[in-house]
Amino acid sequence: MPPQERSTRAEGVILRHSDLGEADRLLTIFTRELGKVRVLAKGVRKARSRKAGHVEPFTQAQLQLAHGRDLLILTQAESVAGFAALREDLVLLGYASYVIELLDRSTYEEESNRALYDLLVRTLTRLNRGDDPNLATRYYELRLLDFAGFRPQLFNCAQCESEIQPEDQFFSASRGGVLCPRCGGREPETRPISLHALKYLRHFQRSSYREAGRAAITTAQYQEMENLMQYYLTYTLERGLNSPAFLRRVRRENGKIS
Amino acid sequence: MLLPAPIQDLIDAFSRLPGIGPKTASRLTFYLLRAPENLSVDLAEALQVLKSGTGFCQRCYNITAAERIECEVCSDDERDKSVLCVVEEPLDVLALERTGGFRGRYHVLQGALSPIEGIGPDDLKIRELVARLQSEEIREIILATNPSMEGDATAMYLRQQLAPLGVRITRLARGLPMGGDLEYADQNTLLRALAGRQEMDN
Ligand SMILES: [Zn+2]
Ligand SMILES: [Zn+2]
Repeated sequence: MPPQERSTRAEGVILRHSDLGEADRLLTIFTRELGKVRVLAKGVRKARSRKAGHVEPFTQAQLQLAHGRDLLILTQAESVAGFAALREDLVLLGYASYVIELLDRSTYEEESNRALYDLLVRTLTRLNRGDDPNLATRYYELRLLDFAGFRPQLFNCAQCESEIQPEDQFFSASRGGVLCPRCGGREPETRPISLHALKYLRHFQRSSYREAGRAAITTAQYQEMENLMQYYLTYTLERGLNSPAFLRRVRRENGKIS
Repeated sequence: MLLPAPIQDLIDAFSRLPGIGPKTASRLTFYLLRAPENLSVDLAEALQVLKSGTGFCQRCYNITAAERIECEVCSDDERDKSVLCVVEEPLDVLALERTGGFRGRYHVLQGALSPIEGIGPDDLKIRELVARLQSEEIREIILATNPSMEGDATAMYLRQQLAPLGVRITRLARGLPMGGDLEYADQNTLLRALAGRQEMDN
């Protein structure tokens, strides 16, 4: 192969890194062009590395990747957005970790998805500029579920398909949506869902981010939405995520409810 | 070709080490096979006592000889007991000791917070650090975690936990690496270097 074909340019967000050998790191990057890839970054743990700061987790960077025998190898990196605020505040760092972990766990390697990439960058940008993290994160979850093929059914009963009436209902992860009081009462594994939480989840599901931001949602309502999403995501991902525990803890210890 | 079990076993054992793939593992194994006997014997003896001969300092959690309760730094009366440098790993102590520029004592966390990997405050020696602050006369805590996302998270968490105890908390200066070019620096490093700029006094 001619040399120019052995090298690829891509833009990506660094999801995670792990140490390898003496001074190398193995990076997991969600790229716009190639989807999720694993990349070997040589020498980036050395204090003098030129690339290190450009490939820290949460960073969006322009990358030059060479095709090694087993792995892609990072040859150049230049950060586009460092999202500095996400690393200066423990709670925001927790939210960003959650966003990143959720993306990592919902995607397979080398499946490119530009819309999902844009969603990730937009979400990190929103958190970084100080938007309400509840709004940014809940909106992200609902969009991500669309891309991952797990869009929850929120308008008709996921069992009998009758239209959901404005009253408190049940939510079933295994049925993939809301159940009417009649069906929900018969299912063993369900969670109650209040009228308000359902209303706002629906609103987020079919609105733009700007429109979603206009809703006056209370902390308690956000909390219920969060718990429901955690329950549903744990089911669809077949395993709990690590970052929610961290996030809950730092929020509690920070004395903040948001 | 099926390798004799002793050879395959050693290859497998080497392969489990970080940074060593199956190729390197085979190369090391066959090298040992041909090398003089005493090389293998020395290696085996060193491996045998590695765990049994070492332990953690009961004060700072640095690695120390098994028969000691406290490491050399903690039991050195010349060291300044009022300044504590908090690091992630024992190797960081080694790096700081090599500079000869620090005369206080250490506290080794044995890791860094990583929300995504599920490493939380309870997995690190943080409770032990808080206990030291309550029982020792400590004036200043220097946070010397790595300038990485995990190191930042750990430093912020420690600051939050330690601030109510009324101790002076500092963090290692973060900025441009020695010998580096400004034009190659990432935005976050530059921002921090700018924020941490110093008066040029002489
Ligand atoms: Zn029904
Ligand atoms: Zn010690």
